[in-house]
Amino acid sequence: MYVAVKGGERAIENAHALLADIRRGDRDVPELTLAQIDNQLALGVDRVMCEGSLYDRELAALAIKQARGDLIEAVFLLRAYRTTLPRFGNSEPIETAQMDVRRRISATFKDLPGGQVLGPTFDYTHRLLDHTLVTESDVPAAPTAPVGETRFRSVAELLGEDGLIEREEPAGDEVGDLTREPLSFPAGRDLRLQNLARGDEGFLLALGYSTQRGYGRNHPFAGEIRFGEVEIEFFAEEVGFAVPLGAIAVTECQMVNQFTGGGEEAPRFTRGYGFAFGQCERKTMAMALVDRALRARELGETTGSPAQDEEFVLSHSDNVQATGFVEHLKLPHYVDFQAELGLLRKLRAEFSANAEPTDAPVQDAAE
Amino acid sequence: MTVPAYNFAYLDEQTKRMIRRAILKAIAIPGYQVPFASREMPMPYGWGTGGVQVTASILGPNDVLKVIDQGSDDTTNAVSIRKFFVKTAGVQTTTATQEATVIQTRHRVPETPLTENQVLVYQVPIPEPLRFLEPRETETRRMHALSEYGLIHVKLYEDIARHGHISTAYAYPVQVDARYVMDPSPIPKFDNPKLSDCPALQLFGAGREKRIYAIPPYTQVVSLDFEDHPFEPYRHDASCELCGARDSYLDEVITDDRGTRMFVCSDSDYCETRRADGHGPSAEEAKVAS
Repeated sequence: MYVAVKGGERAIENAHALLADIRRGDRDVPELTLAQIDNQLALGVDRVMCEGSLYDRELAALAIKQARGDLIEAVFLLRAYRTTLPRFGNSEPIETAQMDVRRRISATFKDLPGGQVLGPTFDYTHRLLDHTLVTESDVPAAPTAPVGETRFRSVAELLGEDGLIEREEPAGDEVGDLTREPLSFPAGRDLRLQNLARGDEGFLLALGYSTQRGYGRNHPFAGEIRFGEVEIEFFAEEVGFAVPLGAIAVTECQMVNQFTGGGEEAPRFTRGYGFAFGQCERKTMAMALVDRALRARELGETTGSPAQDEEFVLSHSDNVQATGFVEHLKLPHYVDFQAELGLLRKLRAEFSANAEPTDAPVQDAAE
Repeated sequence: MTVPAYNFAYLDEQTKRMIRRAILKAIAIPGYQVPFASREMPMPYGWGTGGVQVTASILGPNDVLKVIDQGSDDTTNAVSIRKFFVKTAGVQTTTATQEATVIQTRHRVPETPLTENQVLVYQVPIPEPLRFLEPRETETRRMHALSEYGLIHVKLYEDIARHGHISTAYAYPVQVDARYVMDPSPIPKFDNPKLSDCPALQLFGAGREKRIYAIPPYTQVVSLDFEDHPFEPYRHDASCELCGARDSYLDEVITDDRGTRMFVCSDSDYCETRRADGHGPSAEEAKVAS
């Protein structure tokens, strides 16, 4: 006799064994090391750290390896680990003006103090598959210039001197944390930026793109994008001053957008802001576009486009939440489906009972 | 690299306290959705993270845990969650409803009546009963605050106007303690009557949506309806082909390529207990849909 599906436990164990086996793949191919992932798939590591909200290259590399290169799965692994960690406090605000700059470009000024520093970028490469990478390559070290003591002033700071761009005032109050307090609407800019910084790159990219195509247009210029290392400091109560904890690599994007003002206020440019761990340029640019779009109401602009809708954007930006809920459709739903089936059969039975005798007979759904 | 060490039942004690505060508030305001700072869990959102966090926060070393999905202890997700707590909390588990002190469930309420010594934890995908009528949280919270539930009655009325019935078969909305309209989670409406006046505490956890709500013991829970179209609990036209039960929720199972069907209890423990007690299919009871 047929017995309703049993043996879930053993099936799961076997599936996990198969996963471990297929993750390792062909045993004749050397196994990936975390150092290889960290060094040679560094941008993947950056993205996982950024969307995973945890700055740890080694753990991110482990997550990528464990997830077989599925970056959203890797983000998920890192988040699930992060959430168990104790929280000692908040660091001092980092100062990107003090960054050890590895890349800094501006699209608004041909030259500026510190110059245009291209750094490691795909921007000017020809996207032709490079067959020299097929086998192990012997890459010579890149030429370097002596490090100046240059402190790169930000473009926004330069524009701010003439009052051409709005000022960003320090929030002052305690900064919110949406991993410790549930998000409620309307959200402050701190929470909004935190949400976007953790948000899915693809989602933000599409939303940012939509603003460029007219759905909440905000006339952006890439005032500045910079990538490099900044020091993290933590105020230690015991000693009474801030102590350095180490340095992290970050990317920052300052968008310069169409002006506001008129009437009682002098017209000035507005800003959108993007920030990410590691080198995540596309992400920070998209984030800056979306951040600016979300300020539409505050700046008295026409609203109604998806990127301007705070509740819509912030509720759907998290890829760990999104992938979980979309993929939960794989779980059994036969109880609910049975309830729907029962209702549908009842409605169909009533329909055929009421139908004219000349109508074609209605087939039962079960057949 | 440091090897992570996890606390009893996975969550750290600070997080558990935060969740317990939300649970206490939820119990104090029956049916009200309390926001809480839901954590990432090691299973995906939508797979029971809300229920898992609630269970992790209330579980003690002496608890006996039962986990069901679709009424059964043996479905993949139930197995996975039960193993999670065995691994992280080392608690005793059971499949017998009456032996459990904490029961985590997805989509069903057990057939065996619950007692005062038990807590039923529901996994909830969308906690907001008004969500599909009004997508905005800011709006729905206002509607709850003002008890402005006209919209949901209009929806039920439109069902009747179109189909002659209320066409909601599961996640059928209820009103708790004559105040908050609540989503009972996607249980079939067959289970709705079990929510009311239940001796056990019922907790609802929605992880992705970051909400916890509760039905305290012996609270009145009413399924929404109209005087001329009263709530009808769903009844099957068949009985279980394994244990002959006529009063339980049945799963329809297709047994061959010709589409032959049989009906069996969705609640596997209930079915097994009945069979152990000597119940079996009786020819006049069993009825195969064809």
